[in-house]
Amino acid sequence: MASWPCPGPGGVTEELAITFKAGRTARLLIVPPLFEEMNRTRRLLVETMRRLDAAGIDSFLPDLPGCNESTQSFEAQSLHGWRAAMALAARHFAATHVLAVRGGALVFPVALPGWVLEPVKGATILRQMVRARVIAAREAGSSEDSAELLEAGRSEGLELAGYRLGAALVAGLESARPEDEGQREIRQSDLGGGALWLRSEPGESPEQAGALARIIAEGIDA
Amino acid sequence: MTDLTAHDTDTVLRAILRDVLGLSAERAAGLDSATGLFGAMPELDSMAVAGLLTEMEDRFDIVIEDDEVDGEMLETYGNLLSFAADKRAAATRA
Repeated sequence: MASWPCPGPGGVTEELAITFKAGRTARLLIVPPLFEEMNRTRRLLVETMRRLDAAGIDSFLPDLPGCNESTQSFEAQSLHGWRAAMALAARHFAATHVLAVRGGALVFPVALPGWVLEPVKGATILRQMVRARVIAAREAGSSEDSAELLEAGRSEGLELAGYRLGAALVAGLESARPEDEGQREIRQSDLGGGALWLRSEPGESPEQAGALARIIAEGIDA
Repeated sequence: MTDLTAHDTDTVLRAILRDVLGLSAERAAGLDSATGLFGAMPELDSMAVAGLLTEMEDRFDIVIEDDEVDGEMLETYGNLLSFAADKRAAATRA
């Protein structure tokens, strides 16, 4: 674990990152998925980092401000803020490469060479969380409408999947597309097995971590 | 719709359920039309259902509206499969 300074709405805070570092030349920044997918992929990513470490590559997995161990308010976050934070983390850890996972592809430092794993549009992430809320409401005997929820969310923010999204984050997600241009896209089929971010219960897969680490290590060597 | 497409819908739907619920290959293969889903499988909460529907939209190239999602459609594997088959048929005709 290491900490890195990150400015937020309430001033600079120390954010945490999982790190495997030994001052090596190849240094990979991992930008995690957003929301629940972050938790579901954490074990996969940490196991991947362990394997990269064995392959002689430093790696860094920072928290997005407002998420995980961060002391910043989640409601104050926006895609713009997360983008700035990940750019800062890249500089702080002197990253030479980047791996952005799923929604992480909406906020990663695009100037770094590297990979995006199954990038996803912001609108898809939002739609799925709104849908979960509508289904939960129906189950509880009340009725909510996706379009009305989004409309309200754009001006007042929205409570989704246990997260209080500010209006800026809702609006940002609606239009955000993955920003990978020079990075190589990794598909789930390249890793084998089922995608761990889909799992309703967090899982792990040494095989998938091995495949992911191999793709990255070979790419850095090339 | 040809039998081949129906078979394909079944295969893809089993794969989606396996991925979303983390079912073993055996459990996924053992799903039959009467197997209970929503309410019967504890893993299938509202978040998982939302993930399941999004994945169905993606892999079947269909759009599922809020008002199409009800307890009946999600009650059994058979109901979900016939919903998916109907949506695919409609999408192909469109």
